[in-house]
Amino acid sequence: MSPPRHKPFRVLPGFNLTLGYTLLYLSLLVLIPLSAVFIKTATGGWDHFWLTVTSPRVLASFRLSFGMSLLAAAINSVFGLLLTWSLVRYRFPGRKIVDALIDLPFALPTAVAGIALTAIYAPKGWIGSLATAYGIRIAFTPWGVLLALIFIGLPFVVRTVQPVLEDLEVELEEAAASLGAPRWETFRRVTFPALLPALLTGFALAFARAVGEYGSVIFIAGNIPMVSEITPLMIITKLEQYDYTGATGIAAVMLLLSFILLFIINGLQVWSTRRIGRTV
Amino acid sequence: MAAATASLNAAHLASLAAPRHYEDNPATRDTPWIKWMILTLSLLFFAGFLLLPLATVFVEAFKKGWDVYLAAISEDDALSAIRLTLIAALIAVPMNLVFGISAAWAIAKFEFRGKQLLITLIDLPFSVSPVVAGLIYVLLFGAQSWVGPWLIEHDLKIMFAVPGIVLATIFVTFPFIARELIPLMQAQGKDEEEAAIVLGASGLQTFWHVTLPNIKWGLLYGVILCNARAMGEFGAVSVVSGHIRGVTNTMPLQIEILYNEYQFAAAFAVASLLALLALVTLVLKTYIEWQAARSARDSQQG
Repeated sequence: MSPPRHKPFRVLPGFNLTLGYTLLYLSLLVLIPLSAVFIKTATGGWDHFWLTVTSPRVLASFRLSFGMSLLAAAINSVFGLLLTWSLVRYRFPGRKIVDALIDLPFALPTAVAGIALTAIYAPKGWIGSLATAYGIRIAFTPWGVLLALIFIGLPFVVRTVQPVLEDLEVELEEAAASLGAPRWETFRRVTFPALLPALLTGFALAFARAVGEYGSVIFIAGNIPMVSEITPLMIITKLEQYDYTGATGIAAVMLLLSFILLFIINGLQVWSTRRIGRTV
Repeated sequence: MAAATASLNAAHLASLAAPRHYEDNPATRDTPWIKWMILTLSLLFFAGFLLLPLATVFVEAFKKGWDVYLAAISEDDALSAIRLTLIAALIAVPMNLVFGISAAWAIAKFEFRGKQLLITLIDLPFSVSPVVAGLIYVLLFGAQSWVGPWLIEHDLKIMFAVPGIVLATIFVTFPFIARELIPLMQAQGKDEEEAAIVLGASGLQTFWHVTLPNIKWGLLYGVILCNARAMGEFGAVSVVSGHIRGVTNTMPLQIEILYNEYQFAAAFAVASLLALLALVTLVLKTYIEWQAARSARDSQQG
């Protein structure tokens, strides 16, 4: 027979107050407003929703936003890993400054980053004019979007991989070396597998951020319909036309994607913790 | 929990407190040419993607000299944008601070069902596009919403007014402080607090004298990151502001307007103030990391 269940005895005060306030604040500011998106989409009817999100201009924006976000996250994964490796494994002058500045995209307002990138890559800009001389246009094309998304995504990869690399037991590599494994083989079979969950998490975080990004992109994108319009801009465009149902429909698609990504990222974290737990 | 922003990470603090010497160990030392290749590639990438935009802001801001710069940041519209940005941050940061402490106390010090779900939900605003964050408040309080007619009838302005800007700012900065405090307070457990309560301290005394000293670095860390985002938010605020010059323009929105009017020097002048804020934020953040690393090391040795 199991003992009768009692209310758990709590020494510390404030459980009801703090949990109650947390739930209230969360509901009022986040959950209820977010549910408005789905309620509004539902009341607008399925046909209107489907017509909006499958219109050619919106589909083109999905392709651009998703494609460039994936590409930016992939590029950031490669260079983010190299940067993390440099920061953790090597000593070089200015290392601490580089380390601190990695978070610049978190701290620098997106609009500031947006106009700065545009000034650099516009046809009259410092790099833009060089590229124009070779007949390449960067700003006001999808490539401009890519550059902005690389800028804002970089710290997600570095800051996710860095603590894992710092925490990695040196003994693993020593063991591999003492068994005669060459450095590259050790990296490929020992170090990299240990970093992989964190790297994938960083990739997913950078991707999630990039898909929703607005401020740093709109200045450099040029916002040409069917060519360089990102999905968040489509929401704004619909709003400016007072097409609230249309704007909400696109937002519902983006929110759904956010939820799926959040789910994947949480899963990756669980996998990552378990994997580290096993190796250490 | 997904690490969506920088955080005071235990492994990172440990490596700050006691750096390992990978290059002195033959097992972890890379051959020189590999080292130089990785260093060159990563530093070029860093310089091109992070340093260059930062430098550009200041170069462009001072391109037309000090006079133009000073005039741009002391113009009426710029001043009112600065004022509104400060107001939004001054409301949003304390609100999220109280929430963060409250959520962390409930989650870290007690056991209850659905805790993991609650943590995920607190993180939610980070994965929502800023534009969607603005949109949801338009849906709730705009003229076409259920409460819209009532608000108009009573002359209450939320959209295209300061309350809307504050709401959008609170949303996008919602998780910053909570997500910093929750893992920190979970790691510290509740033994110290329980001892204080058993010895007769009140709840507030316990929080003030026992919990707060333990979490002060994490708290400050969350606050400065929350503040940087609050002052710099663009997308969400752009949707709810209505862009009324001198009334509902924050600094990032003012930058957009100036830029679209081809007043580049003025746009970059205002932008340089925000870039300066970003640099101050990074300096403070680094300082806090070193302090936290030191106190972690001291408490280990002591």
